[in-house]
Amino acid sequence: MATALMTTPTQRPADSPARDWVERLRADGPEGAAAVAELHALLLKAARFEIGRRGAELKTRGGDADDLAHQAADDALVAILGKLDDFRGESRFTTWAYKFALLEAAVKVRRRAWQGREVPLEDEAWRTLAAAGSGAGRRAEDAELFAALREEIERSLGPRQREVLVAVALNDVPIDVLAERLGSTRGALYKNLHDARRKLRGALAARGFDLGGGEEER
Amino acid sequence: MKREEILGRALGPAPPELTCEQCFEELDRYVELLVAGEPADERVPGMHAHLDGCPACAEDFRSLRDLVIRQGD
Repeated sequence: MATALMTTPTQRPADSPARDWVERLRADGPEGAAAVAELHALLLKAARFEIGRRGAELKTRGGDADDLAHQAADDALVAILGKLDDFRGESRFTTWAYKFALLEAAVKVRRRAWQGREVPLEDEAWRTLAAAGSGAGRRAEDAELFAALREEIERSLGPRQREVLVAVALNDVPIDVLAERLGSTRGALYKNLHDARRKLRGALAARGFDLGGGEEER
Repeated sequence: MKREEILGRALGPAPPELTCEQCFEELDRYVELLVAGEPADERVPGMHAHLDGCPACAEDFRSLRDLVIRQGD
């Protein structure tokens, strides 16, 4: 599924002042410490932004939002300092750094929100598919399509592919939560999901279903 | 849930599609291109499809986009 990525020549960071972030972060002594502190403050701001967006999600679990923001900023800082060589200068340094804090914060909130919750069973997904095929105003072909979709999920997919597809795509389990429970990673599980979807498309097309195109809104 | 939404979730986007790792690697560049009104989808092929197919990466995208826009206000 990988697409050849466009490469562009390395540029200096767009927000580079007289001395850029990377240089300052690598400096010894007080200068390096000051840069790290400055970066941590930015990461904390980004983590609070993300957690603030997800306040309702977190509040229901009684989480300590600011403690979580600090944890996210700390983890993002460690990740960034370990990946300074990866910064290609194709965006502002701050934009590059923010994504680490947002990711850490989002993953922590999702996991906190799912603490103690069971991953829904396949039955829930089957009910969704059955309802999709039988609701008012549905065409006769829809019932056939959704019945075939369930059959192919059960028949064509391997156990891990089925587990990931049902949980993430049909039952709204966050992929990071499932990854934690299965001792895996987002990327590995998304590969399972991608392969499962490809198999389902092929199986349904082989049975004569016109799946058409169409894109979801982000 | 609408018919198209369920099919989209189960069958995913049409290829080509980035992986989650590639998405994270390109996300900052993609967001800045998008916010600047540049043709982000042309410059980062496969990103749009991945964001359609991966709810977690799509959330990360929206957060970074909104934060960058807010910083630019």
